[in-house]
Amino acid sequence: MSPTARLVAALAVLATATAVAAMAALFIGSAPVSPRDVLAVLGGRASAAPVDQVVVLSLRLPRIAAALLAGGALAVAGVGFQGLTRNPLAEPSVLGVSSGAAFGVVLAQVFGLRAGPLEILGLVGFAFVGAFVAGTAVYAIAARAGGLPVHTLVLAGVIVGIFFSSAITVLISIVDFDRLGGVVHWLLGNLGPLPPAELGLFVAATALGFWLVLHPSRQLNLLALGEEGALQLGVDAERVKRRIFAGAALLAAAVVAFAGPIGFVGLIVPHALRLALGPDNRVLVPAALLAGGLFLLVADTLARSLIAPAELSVGVITSFCGAPFFVYLLRSRTERIEP
Amino acid sequence: MTPLAEFRHVDFAYRASRAAAPRSARTAFALRDLSFTVEASEVFGIIGPNASGKTTLIRLLSRVLLPARGEILLDGRPLEQLTRAAVATQVAVVPQDVPQGFPYTVEELVLMGRFPHAPGRLFESAADRDHARQAMAQAGVADLAAERIDRLSGGERQRVILARALAQRARLLVLDEPTAHLDLRYQAECVGLLRRLNRDTGLGIVLVSHDLNLAAEVSDRLLLLAAGRAVRLGSPEAVLDDAVLEEVYGCRVLVDKHPASRRPTVQILWPYP
Repeated sequence: MSPTARLVAALAVLATATAVAAMAALFIGSAPVSPRDVLAVLGGRASAAPVDQVVVLSLRLPRIAAALLAGGALAVAGVGFQGLTRNPLAEPSVLGVSSGAAFGVVLAQVFGLRAGPLEILGLVGFAFVGAFVAGTAVYAIAARAGGLPVHTLVLAGVIVGIFFSSAITVLISIVDFDRLGGVVHWLLGNLGPLPPAELGLFVAATALGFWLVLHPSRQLNLLALGEEGALQLGVDAERVKRRIFAGAALLAAAVVAFAGPIGFVGLIVPHALRLALGPDNRVLVPAALLAGGLFLLVADTLARSLIAPAELSVGVITSFCGAPFFVYLLRSRTERIEP
Repeated sequence: MTPLAEFRHVDFAYRASRAAAPRSARTAFALRDLSFTVEASEVFGIIGPNASGKTTLIRLLSRVLLPARGEILLDGRPLEQLTRAAVATQVAVVPQDVPQGFPYTVEELVLMGRFPHAPGRLFESAADRDHARQAMAQAGVADLAAERIDRLSGGERQRVILARALAQRARLLVLDEPTAHLDLRYQAECVGLLRRLNRDTGLGIVLVSHDLNLAAEVSDRLLLLAAGRAVRLGSPEAVLDDAVLEEVYGCRVLVDKHPASRRPTVQILWPYP
């Protein structure tokens, strides 16, 4: 099957599944709204109670949108980092990029950036710089002549992640805790209903990052031949790497800014897609946008219904799935990846 | 007729601090005042001991590196003025192996050779698929199209890499140790294939090899490199001289003729204590 045919088939299946899951998620939640009332709200009927309208349209719907965006962004960032490092374990949280972005966000909050579109834009900017610095540091630590050894890259990511987590702890300790309200909750990775302006910004950042990764995705395929092999086939390897890195870091930073550091989505989803669709990044990147969203939506729906009326952090769910998966990948794949 | 490739007094030295350079390259050897031409439809062999500059020469010819001094021309045009993609449509490099990190299929790998012909496209055209199919047929790997490259034998993978280079439809094919990992049968097949391509399609071939006998067998002319300099350039009979080889390689050798092909052969005179 040609890559375009595979892409169309994958997108059709994933879009259908995502639509079904999103509809189902509208009916699930801790607030007691009956299915009939949900339908009444969605149908725009006047008989719908104002409370139900708020629950469905201002809480559940924006939260579903946030889950779809965050999951898609994380999965696309995972595909980008994996292609870039030629390493199936590379992913924003494993690489420490999420921790760098989180440090940026906490720092921005210390400087007083809290709410309002402009301030949120500043927050995303701080997150991006944090992600960029962390990613660059990991690369500098792990890079050897001829490539990025799998284990060294993972270790470098862990070390950089620990460093930025400690730096966050320092900030939280020296700054008046009240000013950083909810920061601990946020650090676990939580999806909440975002106000329309923030949702709009999230869409814009995700779209830009997605385009930065998708546009050079054919060149990203050729990078699998090694840098010299790619150069000899006419790929401007440095430019491609810069673009993909910027795109993946932006995606990871946006998720951290709007939902907190949610781990392992960028590991699980691309791997599952690669098994089903093969390693062609031109197919993987668009498919990851939908599949990542679907995965995180399901995880978030579980997070808010498993122990209702209380809620789990969605980051806890993804980590519970992701940690065993990471071990499996580490043990089964590393021998075959050339350093 | 314009030569396919021409080196004019090319100098190159690796900077010692180049962190990005592969390890083998960082041992800072260089090419010094190197001049030669590769003519159309010629098989041009490049031989020399380790660290004589063979790999550097391939990198210069494929524009991975640019010369410090001197000039390299492709089909009469300065290489520096060509984009990477333009170079890749004229020079196709066959590396010794490819990394197998991601499980691409044979067809996907061969299609990568079409990239330089339309770098702006996201997906290959129907014409690209035709070229890839032809290249796979030429290299004898058409049956393997749907196979994953990490599940192939060394000989099969070598032919797949050759198919990818053929899909580039370049006029000059540069082979880096094409028979390094191959057993006798595949070595023989490889030589047969190269001769056929050269005869039937007029493809120019630059063969870089440690294997003096292979180079002598297939090359029209040989270039002997030592420490980055051209020691000899000419017909295999002229280049493969006992005294010159003993000086360059630092061991005793015997140059003879292949009993069947009458091409020069080089045997090591194994030392006894």
